Amino acid sequence: MLTDRRKELIAALVLITPFLVIYGWMFVWPTIQMVTISFTNAPLIGKGDWIGLDNYRALLADPVFHTALWNTSYFVILTVVPGTAVALLIALMVSRLRGWLQSLVLALFFLPFILPVTVVYVIWDWLTNVRFGLLQGVIEPLAGRNVNVWRTLPWFMPGVALITIWWTNGFSILLFLAGLRNIPRDLYEAASLDGATRWQLFTRITWPLIWPVTVLCLTIQLILQLKIFDQVYLFAQGGRTRSTMVMVQYIYETAFQRNQGGYAATVAVMLFIIVAIFSVLQFQLLRMRGAR
Amino acid sequence: MTALSAGHPTRRIDLAGVLLTLLTLIAAAIWFLPIYWALVTSLRFDADTVREFSPWPSNPTLQGYIFGITNSNLPVWYLNSTITSVAITVIAVLVSACAGYAISQLRFPGRRLLWWIILASFMIPVPALIVNHFIIIAGVGLLNTHLGIILPMLITPVTVIVYKQFFDSLPREYREAAVMDGASEFQLLFRLFLPMNWGVTTAMAIITFIGAWNSFLWPFLAANNERMMTVTVGIATVQDAFGVAYGRILAGAVLASLPVALAYLLFQRRVTQAIALSTGIKG
Repeated sequence: MLTDRRKELIAALVLITPFLVIYGWMFVWPTIQMVTISFTNAPLIGKGDWIGLDNYRALLADPVFHTALWNTSYFVILTVVPGTAVALLIALMVSRLRGWLQSLVLALFFLPFILPVTVVYVIWDWLTNVRFGLLQGVIEPLAGRNVNVWRTLPWFMPGVALITIWWTNGFSILLFLAGLRNIPRDLYEAASLDGATRWQLFTRITWPLIWPVTVLCLTIQLILQLKIFDQVYLFAQGGRTRSTMVMVQYIYETAFQRNQGGYAATVAVMLFIIVAIFSVLQFQLLRMRGAR
Repeated sequence: MTALSAGHPTRRIDLAGVLLTLLTLIAAAIWFLPIYWALVTSLRFDADTVREFSPWPSNPTLQGYIFGITNSNLPVWYLNSTITSVAITVIAVLVSACAGYAISQLRFPGRRLLWWIILASFMIPVPALIVNHFIIIAGVGLLNTHLGIILPMLITPVTVIVYKQFFDSLPREYREAAVMDGASEFQLLFRLFLPMNWGVTTAMAIITFIGAWNSFLWPFLAANNERMMTVTVGIATVQDAFGVAYGRILAGAVLASLPVALAYLLFQRRVTQAIALSTGIKG
């Protein structure tokens, strides 16, 4: 038995060594390093001096950081709840369909999700092109003129939010569809025998039973959208990026354009703390689901 | 909801159903319109893109595609994307399966610590680590190399969690019987556990591949040399290189999304399964 135990230990060691090397090198070490250099004035590459909490003090008073924090929150507000609501609506519509029609319609709604972000950018940049964009046909009657959406501040974030919902909603739609499928059909049959209307079926059966999935979608979306960078960066290219700055973009700018590694790490630590709080929440939810 | 049509107002409710279906189809068409418009535009001559708004090109052409393939960096970017995405998929899935197996089935000191590392990496926003990833990768001289793009993207804790849960769910008796027969842990993992449901591995591989092909931020930072860029990053730079030539630009975009679109269309069910697995929802 002792040799069995030793064999098990050796096998475990061999199996987890690749994991340990990769996660140690690419996760644990950069995380420790991020926290350490946030207390220094290091450039991107090279050593800096220990300056204690100076970076954190500067950050709290930094107007661009405030803008980034606000824009990130604004983006979260514009995408998380509206996106989840739209996803639920679409899932309800798709779940009514059957057979090949359902597969086709679902594919049409899901397809944007698998596109690379730069492709999404190129497609919508063309659609919103100020002179030749197809969407100017909708924008012109609304605004009274053609609008250069990505250079007009009040249009920018709602525009990116709309595109993000279009792009990432497939994920939530699939989750809702799985949730809807888990609701026993005889509940609906029994209720409609009692003369319940379509609306009553939704408010009394579907909504309460789909609520756990809704919470899951909301938390996943929240964590995802707090990390917004790609779309905002791409659409703001060449414009006044300061006013449309989001948090990850500020990390990028301070590190790679202003060569302030220490300060960038400080911004990263802030993002890290915010996301970690919500992730712990999400993990608790997942565990609750798993426990049942 | 067919039960709704029981009772007397049958006709009225059927009408509502038909209307809802119609509404659904219209919504789906609108949702798909941006992709359709991109496809149509990619088939027009550049000059036509700015003066033709018909739903089908009057003068269809493949010039945008031919230009992209013969006259730009697209083939090189494709190669870079293929190499990095396939490597990330193979390594990440293999490493995750091994770690998931060890945590689920074996007893060894430090097992709990390992589990904590996984949960922590699940909670930490990877974009927060870009600065330090860059410092580390630059430090070992791997900027503008495939390996440099690959390494930081191997952190896929969800895959480890999915494998652990999958192995946890398998009946204990199989393992005990195989151990009695003198099978090694590696035989157990690769001959018994993984083959019990290749669907899990296929699902995780496809979702990892799509994620790797599509990732933007890290490859964008790790490779600024045009010859080392991935398709996803490269496509954002063609606007400058191609000029105002939306036919060409969109043809490039279509080519860039082809592999992931095909992966999805061929393995639709697996993509759904992967999403269900990684969120803990039973489909």
